[in-house]
Amino acid sequence: MTDALEVRDLAKAFGGVKAVDGVSFALREREMLALIGPNGAGKSTCFNMLNGQLKPDGGSIRLFGAEILGLPPRKVWRLGVGRTFQITATFTSMTVIENVQMALISHHRRLRAMLPFAGALYKDEAYDLLELVGMEDQSGRACGMLAYGDLKRMELAIALANDPRVLLMDEPAAGMAPQERVQLMELVARVVQSRGVSVLFTEHDMDVVFGHADRVMVLDRGRLIVEGTPAEVRNNPDVQAVYLGTGAVYGKEKGADATPRAEAGE
Amino acid sequence: MKLEIHHLNTWYGRAHILFDVHARVGHGEVVAFLGRNGAGKTTTFASIVGLVPGITGDIVFDGTTVSGRKAHEIVRLGLGYVPEDRRIFTDLTVEENLMVGRQPPREGAPTWTPDMLYTLFPNLAEMRKRPGGQMSGGEQQMLTIARTLMGNPSLVLLDEPSEGLAPKIVEQMAEALTEMKRQGLTIILSEQNLHFARLISDRAYIIEKGRIRYEGTMDELEANPQVRDAYLAV
Amino acid sequence: MDFLFVQFLNGLASASALFLVASGLSIIFGVTRIVNFAHGAFYMLGAYVAYTLTTTLTGPLGFWVALPLAAVIVAALGALVEMTLLRRIYEAPELFQLLATFGLTLMVEDLVVLIWGPEDLLGPRAPGLEGAVNIFGQLFPAYDLMLIALGPIVLAGLWLLFHKTRWGVLVRAATQDRTMVAALGVNQAWLFTSVFTLGIFLAALGGAVQIPREAVHHMMDLQIIVEAFVIVVIGGLGNVFGAFLAAFIIAELNAFGILLFPKISLVLVFLVMAVVLVVRPWGLLGKPEGAARAAVGTALQPWKRLGARGRNLSLGLLLVLALLPVFAGNYLLAVSTEILIFVLFAASLHLMMGVGGMVSFGHAAYFGLGAYGAALLVRFTGAPMEVGLWAGPLLAVAGAALFGWFCVRLSGVYLAMLTLAFAQIVWSIVFQWYEVTGGDNGILGIWPSSWASDPMVFYYLTLGIVTLGILAIRRIVFAPFGYAVRGCRDSVLRAESIGMNRMSLQWLCFTLAGSFAGFAGVLYAYLKGSVFPDVLAIPTSVDGLVMVLLGGIQTVAGPVVGAAVYEALSIYMTSETDLWKLILGGLIVVLVVAFPEGIVGFWQRRVQPLLSDRDGRDEEPAREGTA
Repeated sequence: MTDALEVRDLAKAFGGVKAVDGVSFALREREMLALIGPNGAGKSTCFNMLNGQLKPDGGSIRLFGAEILGLPPRKVWRLGVGRTFQITATFTSMTVIENVQMALISHHRRLRAMLPFAGALYKDEAYDLLELVGMEDQSGRACGMLAYGDLKRMELAIALANDPRVLLMDEPAAGMAPQERVQLMELVARVVQSRGVSVLFTEHDMDVVFGHADRVMVLDRGRLIVEGTPAEVRNNPDVQAVYLGTGAVYGKEKGADATPRAEAGE
Repeated sequence: MKLEIHHLNTWYGRAHILFDVHARVGHGEVVAFLGRNGAGKTTTFASIVGLVPGITGDIVFDGTTVSGRKAHEIVRLGLGYVPEDRRIFTDLTVEENLMVGRQPPREGAPTWTPDMLYTLFPNLAEMRKRPGGQMSGGEQQMLTIARTLMGNPSLVLLDEPSEGLAPKIVEQMAEALTEMKRQGLTIILSEQNLHFARLISDRAYIIEKGRIRYEGTMDELEANPQVRDAYLAV
Repeated sequence: MDFLFVQFLNGLASASALFLVASGLSIIFGVTRIVNFAHGAFYMLGAYVAYTLTTTLTGPLGFWVALPLAAVIVAALGALVEMTLLRRIYEAPELFQLLATFGLTLMVEDLVVLIWGPEDLLGPRAPGLEGAVNIFGQLFPAYDLMLIALGPIVLAGLWLLFHKTRWGVLVRAATQDRTMVAALGVNQAWLFTSVFTLGIFLAALGGAVQIPREAVHHMMDLQIIVEAFVIVVIGGLGNVFGAFLAAFIIAELNAFGILLFPKISLVLVFLVMAVVLVVRPWGLLGKPEGAARAAVGTALQPWKRLGARGRNLSLGLLLVLALLPVFAGNYLLAVSTEILIFVLFAASLHLMMGVGGMVSFGHAAYFGLGAYGAALLVRFTGAPMEVGLWAGPLLAVAGAALFGWFCVRLSGVYLAMLTLAFAQIVWSIVFQWYEVTGGDNGILGIWPSSWASDPMVFYYLTLGIVTLGILAIRRIVFAPFGYAVRGCRDSVLRAESIGMNRMSLQWLCFTLAGSFAGFAGVLYAYLKGSVFPDVLAIPTSVDGLVMVLLGGIQTVAGPVVGAAVYEALSIYMTSETDLWKLILGGLIVVLVVAFPEGIVGFWQRRVQPLLSDRDGRDEEPAREGTA
């Protein structure tokens, strides 16, 4: 079976400093794959290259076998790669539902239409997406007034607007209360199941990572140092040395033996 | 009391954000404000330090009412503020960043020199001439704290010091905060990471939708699973 | 060869004064984020005050004391302005401060005429440096040699100030994050005042040292401010070294351009700027602006289509306008026609700025291209109005499409400056291409067809076209395309990540805005019966900006209201008083302080809630009729 994403020797340097140095990995279909590592390890750079925001210096990125390296973000999106951002990026002068409608309008290639009223287009579809993420009762609110967790859910609805095959989520749970995090990750897990999406995400909350990822990769100074199941990764001495520390600041006990998606399954 | 907050209400434009927030923090205490993003932690801190115009209520610091005063006046009374998002000056070197924070020594507060801060945060010592923009997230977070300590505050507000940092760096941060506490500093921090807060705090307030929902010692919070699960379940 | 070298030295001498002015502008912008339009006015004041001081202070040292003293006096005036005016509006949207400083400029222009008279004034020669030095057999003024040295000395001084003093470090820190500096216990107000004062000191010094070289006159401000903007942008905003380098380039370009390309000497500077910005979008030594900075016009409340009340109000207004000829005489009709034309002009600018997030400092170019399009057609083909009305705007469309293609590659102030550069290029071409455009003699005899020559008929024609134009713009704003460009304005990151092509969308928006402006320009040409280069000069662009900002950029109705109010005021003022600039400028300043959200924004936020509070409180500020 072809992998959803197949990344080979991805590299990027900023002014001589190798931010990402020959990273290779595969995202399997319907998989939740976590990318973790210290700050400055190159996670964001990696993400930005995957969706085309940054031009890699070299390497290859294949989406279901087709090369997408070097394409601009909008083309990568049209090929079915959705993205959510670490710091939410939304259209603040629009309502929640209009934000989703915007993605649908773009998906249906009607961005240059001058006659119809945008507010009337794809309203039902947008509403369905908001319902999926549990935001239907906030559809008419100004998105500038949303709580952070709700913004993240709205971003997920936007990212799902074009039926993506791959979702890139940059710290999807950052800034949420622990309970919310669990809910959001369960939601993502449901989407993975029902829509057949493959998800690559970064996260600093180890409870989220170890609780919800099928596999975990650890990036340090631009290189992948470990890849494996959550249990393998958390017990790896190298990972503990560069990243995890003694485990005093995350839920060490709980989830150590948790199988992936145990909490997420319905 | 080091800091007392009574009936703090804050508005952004017409949006009411904080509702009758109250708190009392004693000398040398470490107190955590827990709650999710958007709960009002950052707004509470910004209100204390005078960065939000629309507030009512009383904020008393060292016996002086500071509500309604300008940020720089409040800070000059010895109330240090470390914002979230590590807002260091990326074009300035580590030394210059520290220079911006410099204030005269004050009574009743530990006096810091750059060298002492380099001891507290050994990573910074190796990069005095490096521009802030070329530092990693963890190093930047340490620099923001060091920069605020240059003002020789007697109380420090730390907004989400662990957010977005690798677990290992968070552990180093906890050590540094413990040392600051040992020097006699009063510390108020906002956190979502209960594990981290537990390592260093004496007491906690839980804030949710702009209201204080719970207050108690860290041990009481530990012993109260309902509260923990309702607001902070891990 | 020798001559060329002396010409090179001439360029260097001019570069020094340019650098003084531009560095001041750059420093002020860096810290306060104010695009100080009044910088040229302070430069001019420096020259005037220096003139007065040098002619009153006698003795051999008088002159040399007078120059810095003049700069100090003007700097003190600058400090006063900062403390009484600018300090009130730092929280207002960035462009509002531009508006306030523009008002100041208008006031100063009239004040210097009141105080010093309209004639050119010639300053004394510099004692001790009256003579000339022989360089390779060519005579070169000794004073200019001193000027050449002044630039690098000031540059070195500024570098030391910014890197070796705590004040300088604070300034650099504040350039990046001024709130954070305040949160570290630094008195921001004091820091801003001192930075503004230093900037004005440099500008005034730049003006003062000019007096032995050129005559002092009351139009020095506009000329220098445009060059200073160009230099700051070419060099990179907030970068003093960049300003130095760019001042050198521009001054040498001026010195040699006139020799090598006399035909296009005026265009040259702007051409270079356009090339630099396209190749290096953040100037020669500048750095990309952080993406976090929100674009102009970003609103936190959603825009909504007119509700029933808003629609009725608009229809009522249209009815009143339609009945106007019943009781208005020809003069009032002509004035009303002009106001209507500027309403369309302002609405087109708002489409670009408010909706598209692209600030234009050169929107007059498309207004003017429309006007000249019709005028040239009349002049060379004798086409009737029916043709000119539709063919004229094509020139504006072409211009907007061409310039827009370059402009959308940039963003923020750099984009704004590039629009200014293109507008100046168009102006220079029209001004210098005498054979075709008639230069400053303009093109005369562009009259409406006989059926439309009656002021009433032309008024109705204008009302019809402007109404259709406004309706079309509104339709676009609420159509998918309008949403899409607004989306690009709100968050480029998000827009690109959901398949939107920002540049292409913005380019189309730019072109559309240009074509609506073109229609306004054509109507203007037929209303006046003539066109002059003024229609595409900077003041026309600034008028457009004032209208949009005055009305409120965050509302769709704002530009319509702003244009009507501003144009009516300015027509009234010019007809009633000689000091219209002083009064209009003062009025703008007062309005900016009183309504920092614009007139419509003020109405929505302050008045409307009071009117509708009875219906129960609504947490969301957006309500019907707000757009």
